[in-house]
Amino acid sequence: MNGKFLSTENLPFCKGCGHHIVSQNLEKALSSIAGLSPLDVIVVTDIGCIGIIDKQFTTHTVHGLHGRSVALAAGIAMATEDPKKKVIALLGDGGATIGLQHLMEAAQRNINMTVIVHNNMLYGMTGGQPSGLTPRGFKTPIMPDGKPNIGYDLCKVLHATGAPSVRRLLALGDFTADLAAALAVPGFSFVEAMEICPSYGVKFNPNRKLDDIAKEAGIEIGHWQGPAREPYRPATHDAPASLFATEKPIAARHKAPLKERYAVVLSGSAGEGVQSAAEFLAQAALSCGLHATKKGSYPVTVGVGFSTAEILLSPKPLHFTGISVPDAVIATSADGLGKVRGLIEKMTQGTVYLDASLEAPATKATVVKHDFRAPLGGRSAVLVALTMLLDRAGIMPTDSFLDILKDSSLGKKIDFAKLRQKGG
Amino acid sequence: MSERYFIDNSRLIIEATARAGADVFIGYPITPANLLYLYASQRFPVVLPAPDEITTLQWMAGYAAAGKLPVTATSYPGLALMIESIGMSHMMELPMVIILAQRLGPATGTATGGATGDISLLHGINSGGYPIPTLCISDPRDAWELSAKAVHIADHLRCPVILLASKETVMTVQDVDPAVMTPIEPVRRRFYTGDAPYRPYEPESDGVPPLLPVGDTRHQVRITASTHDRSAALQHSTPEALANSRRLAEKVEKNVGDYTLFDWDDDAADTVVVAYDVTAAAAREAVALLRAGGRKASLFIPKTLFPVPPKYFEILGRYKKVVIAEENLQGQYREILFGKRGRDGVRGVTAVGRLITPEEIAAEVRS
Repeated sequence: MNGKFLSTENLPFCKGCGHHIVSQNLEKALSSIAGLSPLDVIVVTDIGCIGIIDKQFTTHTVHGLHGRSVALAAGIAMATEDPKKKVIALLGDGGATIGLQHLMEAAQRNINMTVIVHNNMLYGMTGGQPSGLTPRGFKTPIMPDGKPNIGYDLCKVLHATGAPSVRRLLALGDFTADLAAALAVPGFSFVEAMEICPSYGVKFNPNRKLDDIAKEAGIEIGHWQGPAREPYRPATHDAPASLFATEKPIAARHKAPLKERYAVVLSGSAGEGVQSAAEFLAQAALSCGLHATKKGSYPVTVGVGFSTAEILLSPKPLHFTGISVPDAVIATSADGLGKVRGLIEKMTQGTVYLDASLEAPATKATVVKHDFRAPLGGRSAVLVALTMLLDRAGIMPTDSFLDILKDSSLGKKIDFAKLRQKGG
Repeated sequence: MSERYFIDNSRLIIEATARAGADVFIGYPITPANLLYLYASQRFPVVLPAPDEITTLQWMAGYAAAGKLPVTATSYPGLALMIESIGMSHMMELPMVIILAQRLGPATGTATGGATGDISLLHGINSGGYPIPTLCISDPRDAWELSAKAVHIADHLRCPVILLASKETVMTVQDVDPAVMTPIEPVRRRFYTGDAPYRPYEPESDGVPPLLPVGDTRHQVRITASTHDRSAALQHSTPEALANSRRLAEKVEKNVGDYTLFDWDDDAADTVVVAYDVTAAAAREAVALLRAGGRKASLFIPKTLFPVPPKYFEILGRYKKVVIAEENLQGQYREILFGKRGRDGVRGVTAVGRLITPEEIAAEVRS
């Protein structure tokens, strides 16, 4: 048979293999679709015996990795805008279990594709090892007494995941209509075709018939339909704006007396605005013509514990961003102090701004204690402390920082009269 | 001083890849690559959240086979899951960019710790030793220029390209002169236009076969990751098929002159300091320190890590002393350049779990 979609009936499978039957039914099902040309079809094959059929298809063919054909086909299907194109993934039971996630994702999204799992109940290409779909009691070379546990039910899994069309059939005789119906589904359709591997399945399970095996294992043959859904199309942004459309550069409008690199570490509790305070400080430095870098540090669970930021300021371009010993440290909470205690103890000069509630670590730095949390609450404690630092340190004008704050989203929320505290 | 942005390199990387014509971002989150995913969600024409990193690479391969140019961003744990699929895409000859933000290993390690510990892995990422173009950023200018270049190389060489960075180089926020954002030429995808039947792996003179998306209405397109001849037919080990596999390395190596990127500040010294990624910044300051102290020292910052451009050996061969600083256990790039045994005058400065300081590098030069 020289078919429209399969160039030959001389397929590369063992005598008696169900893959012949599924392939010939697929040829007929594709041929039954009016106006469908081989170039409207993209066949994606997995690793395994079914994967060596590419050469016989007159369609586009893609042959990838073991277990990944469904994800690869899903990528092609999502990128293919013409809904008339048929993307078909062909794989075995081994590929289906290694890539179960891909099946569920394609089913759940309702990606416009058809998946045919050639379930011959074992790994045929590598010596007949059992797969996740091997039914209980089915014998294989490495389990000659039969598989002790039930194979899992792909059809039920995918039906539960929301696939609009799921079928299981025995790969016997003519089931063209079933495959044609699967191919006609707009969106995701799934077919599990049960076969017996003639090389290993028949040999280890002599005289057992396919339908008996299915019945004895409680495997249902049937068609399960899910709610009709629109096939998935990825959202597209036709003309996305530049990331710099809203990011405004900062102009130098102040002057700063800073002559050398100056390192500040801010440390407080998560959710108390430490990272944004650090950004405001750095932006203020830019508005003074200084260079600045900022790094944040916080636990992976971002909502609890400490939040620490390192800021470097310099009149010269900054390359190396490490801070061995800072010039100033601000700690506004116990979480924050816990993180920078060692750093404070290493300081031999500079200033530590510490909330009044905290006990000062042993340090040669000057310690300024103040109730930073009282004026505007914990969320603004770092801003209060930074304002005091700028008033005292003489590195850049405090007004540059206040200007940045006024222009920020906090500008209308902060009571600036309370922000600037005298103390220390 | 003129106006400056206060931004991280992730923003520059995503903007540059999008301007260069990458059109799909497929993401799976992982620290420290999450900013790249976030910005891509605001900037790319199509953004898909994948359920895992293997799916990510497979979807990318599907999009690339259909004529798109996909990008993702990950870190070592994600890369480890992607590697088989990167090899597949390399064998299939599918263009894509994988941004790798290195973090502190081994294993899960420290998600928010910096490191440049994936160099040996990237050097041998493909079974058989087939190199994948790997560009490494060390500053905002690189984040802009190398990102665009990565997209162009992926298209031109029809292969995956790795854009290498690290926690420090994608997350640190710094002042950036808008002048680094030079105009970027968008890639002009060239697909096969001939009338003769399309042979997917028939190379042109540069060793690269023209791509044709699957689903083409005039020609059958075959793509495969198994050993194959020029028509994409599976072969065990025919001379044509083995030559085709060999070509995968040759096209990357033969064209490396088009993407040999480095900074070289030659001080007519007998010593050169070599560093990449975040350590390049420390190396710059180390060289400045040395010169300020009257010690001559040259600086070499490789940007194209793989394949190692032959030009590097020509440059480094001029120096009696070569000090290579990098943030991994054994000095991975040094071992790749000079072998485990090294040569007289080749010295390493390494650190794990912390930044190498300019003073350490300067001390090694002086020693």
